[in-house]
Amino acid sequence: MSQWYRAVVIRVVVLLWVSLALGLGCGHQDAAPDTTLAGIKQRGEITWGADLQGGEPYVYENPSNDKEITGFEVDIMDAVAKRLGVKARMVQYTWSTLVPSLERGDFDIVMNGLENTAERRDRILLSDPYYVYAETLTVRKGDPVRSIFELRGKRVGTLNQTVAHDILLMLPVEPLVYEDNDAPYKDLAIGREDAVLLDNIIADRYGCKDPALRCLPNDVARGTYVVGIRKGDVSLKKAIDAALADMRKSGELEQILRKYELWDDRQREADLGVGVTRPPRTFDLAMFWQFCQAAWVTLEISLAAFLLAVPLGMLLAIMRVYGNGFARAAARVYIEMFRGTPVLLQLFVLYYGISKLINLGPMEAAIIGLGLNYAAYEAEVYRGALLAIPRGQTEAARAMGMSPWQTLRHVMIPQALRLALPPMTNDFVSLLKDSSLVSVITVIELTKRMTIAAVDLRGWLVAGIACALFYLVLSFPLSELARRLERRLARDQRPITL
Amino acid sequence: MISVRSLSKRHGKREVLRNVTADVTKGETIAIVGPSGGGKSTLLRCLNYLEPFDDGTVEICGFTLGPKTPATTLREMRTRVGMVFQQFNLFPHLNAIDNITLAPRITKKEDKQKAEARALDLLEKVGLRDRATAFPYELSGGQQQRVAIARALAQQPDVMLFDEPTSALDPEMRDDVMEVMKNLSTGGMTMLVVTHEMQFAHDVASRVWVIDKGTIAEDGRPDQVVDEPKSDVAREFFARLRK
Repeated sequence: MSQWYRAVVIRVVVLLWVSLALGLGCGHQDAAPDTTLAGIKQRGEITWGADLQGGEPYVYENPSNDKEITGFEVDIMDAVAKRLGVKARMVQYTWSTLVPSLERGDFDIVMNGLENTAERRDRILLSDPYYVYAETLTVRKGDPVRSIFELRGKRVGTLNQTVAHDILLMLPVEPLVYEDNDAPYKDLAIGREDAVLLDNIIADRYGCKDPALRCLPNDVARGTYVVGIRKGDVSLKKAIDAALADMRKSGELEQILRKYELWDDRQREADLGVGVTRPPRTFDLAMFWQFCQAAWVTLEISLAAFLLAVPLGMLLAIMRVYGNGFARAAARVYIEMFRGTPVLLQLFVLYYGISKLINLGPMEAAIIGLGLNYAAYEAEVYRGALLAIPRGQTEAARAMGMSPWQTLRHVMIPQALRLALPPMTNDFVSLLKDSSLVSVITVIELTKRMTIAAVDLRGWLVAGIACALFYLVLSFPLSELARRLERRLARDQRPITL
Repeated sequence: MISVRSLSKRHGKREVLRNVTADVTKGETIAIVGPSGGGKSTLLRCLNYLEPFDDGTVEICGFTLGPKTPATTLREMRTRVGMVFQQFNLFPHLNAIDNITLAPRITKKEDKQKAEARALDLLEKVGLRDRATAFPYELSGGQQQRVAIARALAQQPDVMLFDEPTSALDPEMRDDVMEVMKNLSTGGMTMLVVTHEMQFAHDVASRVWVIDKGTIAEDGRPDQVVDEPKSDVAREFFARLRK
């Protein structure tokens, strides 16, 4: 490929990405006209976005009847809908995408432990509060910590895109970001981190009851849960505020909160607003540096995982091609197991599932998890390559008196690697992108950095383009390197004209 | 040097080799000829146990081969017996000199300089000293086969086995390879050559075996076997070749 041709290809790829991102971004910009309330009344139904993964007591599947969804927010929503004269229907979405999905118009409102924050006030309309929460700090029993200010330099877990996360970012601690309520406390109990900062509702249920843990009595901060409404839907906000005010006056709100054991003295106090307001950021040098660090993490994980996958994959391929019955069966079971189940599941099992047996750090778990998974794919690539080598090669080596191992080492493996180079490059680029999955085990790599930056920047456009460019910058030199290697090693495999 | 006793081999029900008995003394060149499917290549490949057999024994260079011979003995025997294939089977990822030095360096732990010096001598012998660093894909078929012969000679074998060494080559390239083999033969190497080249069988070989249906149908001096064959098989075979 000549130089100018390559330059054109890069430019086209970048342009495509940019225009795609712009196209997707447009929908967010203009505030919708105030028509949602009329639509709700006409349909006789209000749809609200929430995530069942948030769990008890917010919104969760009734343990005795899994078709029924229950939770204090379900009860509040039903009561609000009743006052609007319609029915309420919950729509399942991933928590961290609730606000953008609302803006897209996927549902009418968000109600799922959505905190009143400056970012959200900028972006969407927020109702009056229906709950006052407190940020509670949980530590291990026996740890003499008395306040969050004693945790300088320590690792503190929380959930992604929460006020607690914002608070941690302003303190001299190392935040660890989780996606579900239970995991941070489990990790705290086994010593993967030193404290957890989360809403008291979550702390009470998942953390404070653990005999190994202790919740500090003083609130780190207080805030409120509110309903999220699209910008422009002013009359819908008024209707919901009126419904909530009525519920508060009639005592129905208190009744619902008591039913779920959520009522406390904090609920009597006035709307406290938020303890923290972080102004929106721009894509400055500091953020660029954060992206660089995340890109380094992505590269580190991908390289290390691939260095694990290549020899292990070769071993598996050799077992499958040349091994006895037992070795062949073992390799097949391994390959089917790791190729046939989602890598996400494998990461969860590795990091959380076996944490009592082997306590892996997030980076180690990420590298081992991706490495073991990709070994299964590499194994099949190498098996194909080994089978593609003519039989005469093995015969020649045997006729010269080489042992099976010497034949593999000097004749088969070098030739198999030459043949496998194009699919291996494929797999490496694919691994580079799959490494984004490790954000579920608290590693902040490129994609995770993008989602965090998107919140700080109040938009996905710039963060998304930056992220895409970083991935391209990582993958392009690698495919270029592979291309050169191919040219050097596989000189005799150049195609002839068709 | 080689003695074959009651060698038999079956592929399922089909008998590929039937009770073959033969002897080869040091310095002989045996041309193995006969109709295709008669068992020529199989017999040759049994001699270094590349092809396992069911009954009988092969004694070669002082090693006795049979189904129970341990793998280490087989490997040791194979360093004494060189083999050249129809399809050359050079290693495509190595250049000529590395193809030649690979086996001595790993099976005999020979040091690199010594192995390369001898490899260059061997390349000189086969007329390719100037192509030492060429990769197989850069060489013609005839050149590749000559490198393959040099490779087989690199371990300084006592016996050389050739399995149809010129069948995959154009006529003009065959002569170069034949020339190399002829020099080897006159130099005193013990050789067994499966071939369709009657010229070679007639002029170079010290003995000719005609193999058909898994047995040696005729065994004698080339002038006897080729010019005045006694068995029907041999008569028919040579008559068809002359047409």
